[in-house]
Amino acid sequence: MSDSHHHEEKFFQKYIWSVDHKVIGIQYGITSLLFLLFGFGLMAVMRYQIAYPESVIPYIGEWFFSESGGVMLPENYNTLGAMHGTIMIFLGVVPLAVGAFGNYLVPLQVGAPDMAFPKLNAASYWSYFVGGVIMMTSFFTPEGAARSGWTSYPPLSIFESGQTMWLLGMVFLITSSLLGSMNIIVTIVQLRAPGLTWFRLPFFVWSQLVTSFLLILAFPPLEAAAVLQLMDRIAGTSFFLPSGLVYAGSAVEAYGNGSPLLWQHLFWFLAHPEVYVLILPAIGIVGEVLANNTRKPLWGYKSLVYAISFLGFMSFIVWAHHMFLTGMGQTMSAFFQLTTMIISIPSVVVLTAFFISLWGGSIRFNTPMLFALSFLPMFGIGGLTGLPLGVAASDIFLHDTYYVIGHFHYVVAPGTLFALFAGIYYWFPKITGRQLHEGMGKLHFYPSFLAMNGVFMPMFIQGLAGLSRRMYDGGQQYAHASDVLHWNEFMTISAFILGLAQIPFILNIFITLSSKKSEDRNPWKSTTVEWSAPSPPLPHVNFESAVEVHHGPYEYSVPGKEEDYCPQTSP
Amino acid sequence: MSNDSNHSIEHHIQIYIKVFIALGVLTMLTVAVSYLEISFIEAFFLAITIATIKGSLVLGFFMHLISERAAIIWILVATAIAFFILMFFPLISLTDASGLY
Amino acid sequence: MSNIPYILEERPDTGLNNAKLGIWIFLASEVMLFGGLFSAYVFLRFAAPEGDFDYWGSKLSIPMATFNTMVLITSSVTMVMSWASLKLQQFDKYKMYLGITILCAAAFLCVKYFEYTGKFHHGIYPSSSTFMGIYFTLTGLHVLHIIGGMIVLIFFWTKQADKMWDENQDLLANRIEIIGLYWHFVDLVWIFLFPILYLL
Repeated sequence: MSDSHHHEEKFFQKYIWSVDHKVIGIQYGITSLLFLLFGFGLMAVMRYQIAYPESVIPYIGEWFFSESGGVMLPENYNTLGAMHGTIMIFLGVVPLAVGAFGNYLVPLQVGAPDMAFPKLNAASYWSYFVGGVIMMTSFFTPEGAARSGWTSYPPLSIFESGQTMWLLGMVFLITSSLLGSMNIIVTIVQLRAPGLTWFRLPFFVWSQLVTSFLLILAFPPLEAAAVLQLMDRIAGTSFFLPSGLVYAGSAVEAYGNGSPLLWQHLFWFLAHPEVYVLILPAIGIVGEVLANNTRKPLWGYKSLVYAISFLGFMSFIVWAHHMFLTGMGQTMSAFFQLTTMIISIPSVVVLTAFFISLWGGSIRFNTPMLFALSFLPMFGIGGLTGLPLGVAASDIFLHDTYYVIGHFHYVVAPGTLFALFAGIYYWFPKITGRQLHEGMGKLHFYPSFLAMNGVFMPMFIQGLAGLSRRMYDGGQQYAHASDVLHWNEFMTISAFILGLAQIPFILNIFITLSSKKSEDRNPWKSTTVEWSAPSPPLPHVNFESAVEVHHGPYEYSVPGKEEDYCPQTSP
Repeated sequence: MSNDSNHSIEHHIQIYIKVFIALGVLTMLTVAVSYLEISFIEAFFLAITIATIKGSLVLGFFMHLISERAAIIWILVATAIAFFILMFFPLISLTDASGLY
Repeated sequence: MSNIPYILEERPDTGLNNAKLGIWIFLASEVMLFGGLFSAYVFLRFAAPEGDFDYWGSKLSIPMATFNTMVLITSSVTMVMSWASLKLQQFDKYKMYLGITILCAAAFLCVKYFEYTGKFHHGIYPSSSTFMGIYFTLTGLHVLHIIGGMIVLIFFWTKQADKMWDENQDLLANRIEIIGLYWHFVDLVWIFLFPILYLL
C-alpha cells in the first residue's frame, strides 16, 4: 500500500490515475458536464430543423450536411435524436448525479476517508471514459452514429447503421455503473463513522443507496440484451428477428423465430428503474438544500426514507407501461397500470414532505435554494403529466407523441438538472473553497427557468393534438397536427435562450475558480458531516481527525441553542 | 468465519467432502432423470428442483451462506425477487397477449 | 488506502468485512446478468415452434457436459479446500488445491473448445437457430467468466501469493475466500445451465 502521507504524488498519479474519490468525483463532474453541453448542442440542431424544416442549417449545414446542400436528411435527424438521448442519460445525467455527486459526497457525508474500494472507483471512471470515447467515435465511422433511438428497438436496430458501436459503448458504460454502485453501497453500509446510525444519515446518502441498488439489479439484464443484439448484428443470430421478415425489399436471411418484444422487455426492465436513478439523487440534493436554507429539519424524514425505498422496490414492476401498445393482453395491461398508479404515491409523499418542510422556515433565497425551490413545481408537472401515460386507455392516444417528450423532459430537465445545478452551487465552496457569485447565479437561474418552460410546456399541447415524436420535419406532413405546428418556432427560440442562459454559469465557474480562497469552511452554516472537513477536504484522508457523530442530520434552529444550527460532529 | 479455530475448520472440511459426494450423486440423478418418459413441464420442474438442491448445497456450504450474516441474506432475497420478476413477467405477458408479437 | 476501516476486521453491527459485502453485491448483479439471458431462453423457447428447441438441443453432447459438470464441482471443492488449508496455516496444501482448481478450469475450457469446434465442423453456428444462438451466448458468457476467474486464481498461485503469505496471512486468506465465492458462483451458474441447455 502506498504511503501517501510522506511523498508528493506526481502529476499523473495525483490528477489522472488518482484513486482519491474527490479527484474521481471531479473527473466525473467535468466529463459529464462537457457531455451535457454536447448533448444540448445536438438538441439545438434538432430544434432548428423542427422549427425550419427543409431549410439550410447555419454553419452545421455546410460542415456536416454538405452532400445534401446543407439540408438535414431524415437519417441525420434520427442520429441526432438517438445520440441526444443516449448522451444526456448515460454520459451526462447519471455520471453527474451518481458518479460525480455520489462519489464526491458519500464518503464525506458518512465521515469516511475514501470509498470502500478506491482502485475500483478509478476503474469505474475509466470504464465510463472508454464508453464515452466509443460513443463519440461512432460519429466518425463510415456507418455513422446510432440512429435507432436511445431505445434501440429491433428489428430496425439490427439493420440500421451505427448500432454496433452504440452497443459496445453501452457495455462499458453499464460496467462502469455496476462497479460504481457496488462501491457506494459498501461505503454506506460499512464506512459510516461511529455514531452515524441509519436514521442519522443525510437524506442525500439514502437517495444514493436506493439508486445504487436499482443500478446493481436492473442494469445487468440490459447488458445481457446488448450482447444479444450485438450477436444479432455481428453473428447472424435472430434473437430479436421474427420469421418472414422483409427488409429493403428482400427477405431477411436469418433463422427467425426471434422476438422484438424480448428486447423491449429486457430493455425496459432496466430503463424504467433507470428513470428513478435519474431522479433520486436529485431528490436527495433538493432535500439537503431545502433543509439548509429553511434553517429547519426536513419534515417527515422517516417518511421520505420509506417512500424512496418503496419507490425503489416498485420501480421493478412497472416497466411494461412503456409497452402498452405492443398487443399486451388485458390482464397484464391492468397489472402494470395498477403498479404504475401505485408508484406515483411515494413521489407525492416526497413532494408533500418537501413542501411542508418550507412551512414556517426562515427561507434564504440564494441560488442553490432558487434551483431547489423551482424543482418542486417542475417535478410536480412532470409527475402529474405522467399519470395519463400510466393509464393504459389514455396512453393509447398519447404514446409516442410529444406529450411523452414533454413529460419526461419536465422531470429530467427542469427537474433533475435544476437539482444538480442547486447541488453545484451548494457544494462548490466545499470542493473549491470559494462560493460562486450570487448575481451571476441568479442571471443563470431566472432565464433558464423561463426558457425551460418555454421549450417543454407547448409539447403537451402538441402531444394532445396527436403530433408524433421522432419526425424529422417536425410534423409537417400530418394534417391533424397542423394547428399546433406554430409552437415549434417558439420552442426553438426558447431553446436557444436556454443555451444563452448557461453562459453566466460557465463564466461564473471560471471567474470564481480564479478568485481568492475563503477561510470559512462552512459558509452555508450547514449541519452535515462534509462541512466539518477543510475546503477542499484533505487528499486521501478527508478529515483532520477521526469523525464522531453525535447528532441527527438536520438539527437546525434547536430551541435553547445559541446558533441556529448544530453540526452532526459537534459534541 | 475468520475467527474459527482449527478444530472447527477440520469439521467443515468433513462437511465439504460430504457435499461433494452429494453433488456428484445429484448430477448423476439429473442425467438419469432426463431419460424418463415424462412431459416437458414435469421434466422441467424435476430438473430445476434437483438443480436448486445442488445450488443450495453450493450456496449453503461452499459459500458459507448457512452461517452468513443477515445483511447478505437480505441482499440475496431482494436479488431473487428481481430475478423471478425478470423471469416470469415477460412470459406471462406473452401468454396473455392476443398474438405472438 | 490503508486508512480505510474494515478491510479485514469485521464491522461490529454488520458482521462483515468490506470485500465480502462487495463480492456478494457483485454476485447479485451477476445473477441478474445471467438471469437476463435465462429469461431470453425461456421467452425464445416459448416463441419457437413445437419441437424446434428439442431438435436443436439434441445435437449437444450430454456426456461431455456431464463430465464438465463434475469437473466444475470438483474445482469448487478444491477451491474451498485451498481456503481451508490457508486458515489451517498449511501453505503448501493451499497451493496444491489451488493448482488443482486451476487445472480443473483448464480442463473445462478444453472440453468446451472441443464442443464448440465440433459444432463448427458440422456447420452449426450461433446463427443456425435461436436455440444454438442462446446456447453459444449463455455458455460463451460463462466461459468468459471462467477465464476471468482463472486469471485471478493464477495470480494467487504466483510469487505474489508467497509475498502476501509472508506479509499478511489474514489478508491472503480473505482474498482467497472472496475469489472462492466468485468461483463457486461460476459453478452455480453451470449447475443450472447444464440441465436447462443439455437435458430439457
